[in-house]
Amino acid sequence: MTMTEREISTITAQVNGEVVEVPDGSTILDACRQAGLDLPTLCYGPTMTAANACRVCVVELEGSRTLVPSCSRKLEEGMDIRTGTERAEHSRRLVMELLGSASELDRSGDQLDSWIEDAGAEPSRFGPKAATVAAQPKIEDDLYVRDYGRCILCYRCVDACGVEHQNTFAITVAGRGFEAHISTEFDVALPDSACVYCGNCIAVCPTGALVGKVEFDMREDDTWDESRQGVTRTVCAYCGVGCNLDLHTQDGKIVNVTSPHDHDVTLGNLCIKGRFGWSYVSSAGDV
Amino acid sequence: MDLRALLDRPTDAERLAVDDLLGPSEEFNGRVAYGGHEARARRQLLLPALHACQDAVGSISRGALGYISERLTVPPAELYGVATFYSLFNTDEARGTTVHVCDDIVCSQYGAKGLLQTLEGSELSWEASPCLGQCERAPAVMFHSPGEGYGNAAPVDSDTVGNVVFDELPHGVVHQDQSQLRLLRRIGRIDPTSLEAYRGSGGYQTLTRAIELGPDGVISALDESGLKGRGGAAFPIGIKWRGVADAPGPDKYVIANGDESEPGTFKDRLLMEGDPFAVIEAMTIYGFATGSTKGYIYVRGEYPTAEKRLRDAIVMASEAGLLGTRVANAGFDFDLEVRRGAGAYICGEETALFASIEGYRGEPRQKPPFPTQHGVFGRPTGINNIETLLAALEVIEGGAGEFARVGTEQSTGPKLFCVSGAVEKPGVFEVPFGTTLGEILALAGGVRGGRGLGAVLLGGAAGVFVDFSFLDMPLTFEDTREAGATLGSGAVIVFDENCDFGPVLRRIARFFEEESCGQCVPCRIGTVRQSEALARLNDGETLGTVADELERLDDLARVMTDASICGLGQTAASAIQSAIRLQLRGAPA
Ligand SMILES: Cc1cc2nc3c(=O)[nH]c(=O)nc-3n(C[C@H](O)[C@H](O)[C@H](O)COP(=O)(O)O)c2cc1C
Ligand code: SF4
Ligand code: SF4
Ligand code: SF4
Ligand code: FES
Ligand code: FES
Repeated sequence: MTMTEREISTITAQVNGEVVEVPDGSTILDACRQAGLDLPTLCYGPTMTAANACRVCVVELEGSRTLVPSCSRKLEEGMDIRTGTERAEHSRRLVMELLGSASELDRSGDQLDSWIEDAGAEPSRFGPKAATVAAQPKIEDDLYVRDYGRCILCYRCVDACGVEHQNTFAITVAGRGFEAHISTEFDVALPDSACVYCGNCIAVCPTGALVGKVEFDMREDDTWDESRQGVTRTVCAYCGVGCNLDLHTQDGKIVNVTSPHDHDVTLGNLCIKGRFGWSYVSSAGDV
Repeated sequence: MDLRALLDRPTDAERLAVDDLLGPSEEFNGRVAYGGHEARARRQLLLPALHACQDAVGSISRGALGYISERLTVPPAELYGVATFYSLFNTDEARGTTVHVCDDIVCSQYGAKGLLQTLEGSELSWEASPCLGQCERAPAVMFHSPGEGYGNAAPVDSDTVGNVVFDELPHGVVHQDQSQLRLLRRIGRIDPTSLEAYRGSGGYQTLTRAIELGPDGVISALDESGLKGRGGAAFPIGIKWRGVADAPGPDKYVIANGDESEPGTFKDRLLMEGDPFAVIEAMTIYGFATGSTKGYIYVRGEYPTAEKRLRDAIVMASEAGLLGTRVANAGFDFDLEVRRGAGAYICGEETALFASIEGYRGEPRQKPPFPTQHGVFGRPTGINNIETLLAALEVIEGGAGEFARVGTEQSTGPKLFCVSGAVEKPGVFEVPFGTTLGEILALAGGVRGGRGLGAVLLGGAAGVFVDFSFLDMPLTFEDTREAGATLGSGAVIVFDENCDFGPVLRRIARFFEEESCGQCVPCRIGTVRQSEALARLNDGETLGTVADELERLDDLARVMTDASICGLGQTAASAIQSAIRLQLRGAPA
């Protein structure tokens, strides 16, 4: 008997009672999305292997003692998944409350705001004296700022700098428990570290803890206004690779450069010239 | 990979320490190094290399880190991340002799605070430490002198805490009569440093028996014996060994988990110190039965005597042809290596332990995949607790039927309990599964000073408090589960009727806060919020009403139990919630 392609390559499972069929190797999150459900994710990014750390994406899996992380748990034949049980919602809410109580999340974007609101999370319930990761922003050069009071320790920058994208290994998680933090060796300043200023860590940071210097300064001055910004797609002219660049402009000035995450060559990554070349031209970034 | 070396150069002492371990290197020129394949495979020497520097000079300096980074081709930032993960590695300025003072659950009841006050005014540098696994003679300390070594002392008092000693502490006294003992029968009776003595007492006959039975026969016997893991999860050993045996080889591993860091637990120390050859014999059989040619014994960093005994025993066994190629002239090879932890409770969790051996931060990972498929170095791995391994020897030696006759149907064989705290005779006790809690307390001489019982903490910090109403509970996996309790690691910590549980609960909460690896949010932040809530309740400064605080604690307990990656976060609220349920004195109410 020969197996049909379908038998080899797809898995059938249930999400909230609805049957879904997805390719083998898919995660529970993939199955949920196929069923038209979106779940919050913070440490998981589309271009990276799941770090599996934040636990904001947990769901209930029939037969499992604990909840399971949908971003990284592979779907298995016949799994029965529930996303909206009281238990799953409770954990998602608490995770957001805990995160919001420890880190400044006000530059994390609208999506997180709406997740927090939808979950009914109240980060302030742990009181004004709750320990936080508040820290002076590290401003060590003109290119980007590390504002770790906004860090949720999602591991994405470390993975982007290391095994996933950049292979530079300039930064790491150091320390343990609540003291764990992103650091260079002995916390040396970035210019003294192995950092090559590719900015690929900035591209994956979900909370604005890593941010271009121009954007940081404008936000501090309260002049950053995304509603007044436009995006122009170009191809980087520095070398022959041909990375796509998105130039973000506000009032006729370049305020940021990103690369589309869905670009099949760059996956959102750039090098120092592409990402920061414009700020050499003029620190004000005139177009 | 592109490596930038730190500018600082190692001192001669640091370089010597590392070269002693790794062999001499080409002249170190402070320049960039590029990692070949082989160099990367040396990453697993990272923890031993960090130990070498810490041992020699009392710190991991920039120069030392740079040198190790170059020798092992590991980026300095990553190396720093690993070094700062372990509490026994000091990345600050080097210190002289340091006293690690246990101020954990038991020792804090027996004078730890006084010791800390004494040291405060002394020349010695000191650190408060989680449980040192010497609870039967609390309060305990561990000394570390750069260039000299580690030593334990217990019990100590304000007069003796400053007397730095490196003598081996005698292992604990076994209070029971020889006729009651199987697992403990050699402890204190034969010389643990002599292979001859071990063989003279019947040692290595079990390996001969195992070779007769063949791998399949060994695993079938384990299956039939009903032996379940003693490390906390009660997983049937036969299924685990079969899983490794069935996995494709020969690149697979077996590991003895001697990380024993659960507060109130010291049975594995007794076995490793007092009967090291038995651990080695059991591991050899593990390798034989599963077709693994390499094994590790991971010993916690706070157990210097156990580590030394095991290392020495491995040398002796190798010289006698009982390890290495063609073990015991039978057709299999097996090598065994001791790995020393560096102060991290979480490294007892099996997947964290793998990461630690590999040279990474000891962070657990989500299961599945399970170790028998994907273990250390990504290869199929069997890992068992030390006591489980010694129980496996019993099964093979006396037969599965004989073994299963002891205990209950679901919990077969003998079990070790570590009784500490407010009893007359603290120590390790060996009893058949099914012995009641009250009987164990009686074996330990009852509550100290003839006082009434306050509560018993079963299973250590990750365990559950029970009170006098549980004295008739048989100590088995099934009975404790039914009663909402646990056996956990076999810790039985006794508190008398005068105990104020407030500080005990806060110490337990702090333990989890300090030992969380920090990877997942429920545990990293939840353990901190749990501590904060207990502190507020203790100080009468509640946010809202007491009921609000209890609700917050309950919310935290739920998210930690439901959504944490590993057992640490999943049990971090267990003891505290049980104390609240029992309304122990001083517990939030
Ligand atoms: C936080 C944590 C710490 C642990 N520490 C230990 C330990 O020190 N020793 C041990 O044998 N098992 C420990 N375990 C259990 C191990 O993960 C694993 O289940 C055990 O070693 C398997 O051996 P067994 O089947 O013989 O019990 C720990 C688990 C967790 C979650
Ligand atoms: S800018 Fe690039 S090299 Fe520097 S830390 Fe970020 S990812 Fe690493
Ligand atoms: S800096 Fe940003 S990307 Fe890095 S761990 Fe923190 S939140 Fe994640
Ligand atoms: S539960 Fe705690 S110890 Fe376990 S992985 Fe999460 S943070 Fe680490
Ligand atoms: S998104 Fe799944 S654990 Fe973070
Ligand atoms: S040695 Fe102090 S509590 Fe165990």
